[in-house]
Amino acid sequence: MAEFEPVLTANIHKPDSHTLPVYEASGGYQAIRKVLGEMSPVQVVDLVKASGLRGRGGAGFPCGLKWSFLPQNHPGPFYMCINADESEPGTFNNRILMEQDPHQVIEGIMIGCYATKATTAYLYLRYEYPTAYRRLQQAIDECYAKGYLGDNCFGKGFSLNIYMHRGAAAYICGEETGLIESLEGKRAWPRIKPPFPAIEGAFKKPTVVNNIETLACVPHIVNRGVDWFKSMGIPADPNNPRDPGSYGPKLYCISGHIEKPGCYEMPLGVTCRELVERYGGGVWKGRKGKAAIPGGISMGLLAESEWDTKLDFAGPGKAGCLGLGTAAVVVLDETVSMVDFLHNSCRFFAHESCGQCTPCREGTSWSERILYRIKQGKGRLKDLDLLQTIGDSIGIMPGTTICGLADGAAWPIKNALKKFRGEFEDYIKRTNPNGWANAQPVEALEVIGLGAH
Amino acid sequence: MTTVTAPTTPVLTPDMVAAIQALFPRYPTRQAITLPALHMVNAKLRHVPMAAIPEIAKLLELSPAQIYDTLTFYGFFKHEQGGYVRAWVCRSISCALRGAEEVLEKMCDKLHVHPGGTTEDGKITLEFGECLGLCDFAPAVLANEQVYKSVSLDQVDEICAMLKSQAEQQANGTAIPTL
Repeated sequence: MAEFEPVLTANIHKPDSHTLPVYEASGGYQAIRKVLGEMSPVQVVDLVKASGLRGRGGAGFPCGLKWSFLPQNHPGPFYMCINADESEPGTFNNRILMEQDPHQVIEGIMIGCYATKATTAYLYLRYEYPTAYRRLQQAIDECYAKGYLGDNCFGKGFSLNIYMHRGAAAYICGEETGLIESLEGKRAWPRIKPPFPAIEGAFKKPTVVNNIETLACVPHIVNRGVDWFKSMGIPADPNNPRDPGSYGPKLYCISGHIEKPGCYEMPLGVTCRELVERYGGGVWKGRKGKAAIPGGISMGLLAESEWDTKLDFAGPGKAGCLGLGTAAVVVLDETVSMVDFLHNSCRFFAHESCGQCTPCREGTSWSERILYRIKQGKGRLKDLDLLQTIGDSIGIMPGTTICGLADGAAWPIKNALKKFRGEFEDYIKRTNPNGWANAQPVEALEVIGLGAH
Repeated sequence: MTTVTAPTTPVLTPDMVAAIQALFPRYPTRQAITLPALHMVNAKLRHVPMAAIPEIAKLLELSPAQIYDTLTFYGFFKHEQGGYVRAWVCRSISCALRGAEEVLEKMCDKLHVHPGGTTEDGKITLEFGECLGLCDFAPAVLANEQVYKSVSLDQVDEICAMLKSQAEQQANGTAIPTL
């Protein structure tokens, strides 16, 4: 395979890469001109559909297909929401795109809005990205000044307004209907679907919610064509009619116990081991790897023996993980206790569960407390079965919750218990050899109010 | 029972009201301005006082309960005034693997606060954060838009000193206002 040439991150190392002149000097805003001049919205949707571009936010839903769900003959208005509430632990690829190349993102938004006939786009940005906020706002202002945004963009009769909307530090706002609720000024409780946002989304109007990286791919598909995009990645499995394939470039984040943490652009389908050893410089301090999170903490765990798994949309699933997620790899070295890891994971989800569905609200907080008890040396072997039961019974898959947060909370539990059960048993036997039942109940619910998020 | 006297002057200054009203054309409903309005108040006052809620509600043509509902969902907004500097120490997995818990502990020690608390002089609020999206710079601290990257335990003293001087500048009005 020829050496891969980065596309999405081609500009990020240039000086002042976030400014309009630099972006335009490297061919920026040519794709939107081509689209406005030569293509109908339906043609753009068909192009993106043909490219096989799948959402980069986690679920991997085909982008063109999502756009095509919008009702025809609807009087409008249509809305576009851009999901920049990147909060999945380990993930920072969108931050880099927004900080270093905001115009690329904006061009993607423009094309997406033209294709979906949206005239207003809300960019929902998490609060913790102040630099991204400033740079995007500056980029949007530059576009308004140039006539690229507003009424009659590029003088082609297309009008579009992009507004920034800042979140308030809640993980659940990354769920698309949670994001819409939050945008509308309510608590970010995900909605029961159907109706899907394409039919009834923001302000009860047809809405498309797309991730930053997904939209950043779109100008390149317009410029370079479907064949170029499909030349990268892993083709669809012919034996699985439900597999749409994994095409195109992807930003992989590597962090944790790694020599060179960072964001690396590669065609979809690179293996976890290649990512760690070739790009990340190997596990830090010359240690051995123990496990890795394949794509954000909610995707579960790959044991070191499974690192040859390809990180495309289908790959991690074959190794028992939830999916590719955000393709954010977090490496755990041999010194990490899985009890600590799982406690951290459960604590995160207990903190971020929105509280709408009982199985998730209770399941995440009780699993945190059980893990805390184990960590304190008061665990019992039957706690592991209890954790397993919680893991098996919360989420969309067992059908007990509205959104996928609980599945994401359950997967690390299930994977850790399946792949590292011996370690948990050892820890419990070592710290609580008599298997004493702790006479004290697990400590009462903490008073809410510690911390920001 | 203590008597509560109604504040004589409104919490929202005319500038803030104007800034909130300027957002009306952006959204089809006024309720959508709830978060931006709360952010505006929070940025100015470092908290959202209860008295601000009915005022925002009136502007947005909502009931105060609707504003309160949204406000309390997001743990970001507080009723009690925080410090001039609000520092978040990330404790999620990538940072935790590289020693974030120890950094948080040492910072708490140094500043004499519990996570979520404000220093006695009211200058610095120290909180834990869940994934700040700075995993390539783990462990990371975000304080008033300033990012402290790959913080080691040895740097904690220095960072606390920087936070203090930042807070000092903010308190004296010599700092460049953010946002």
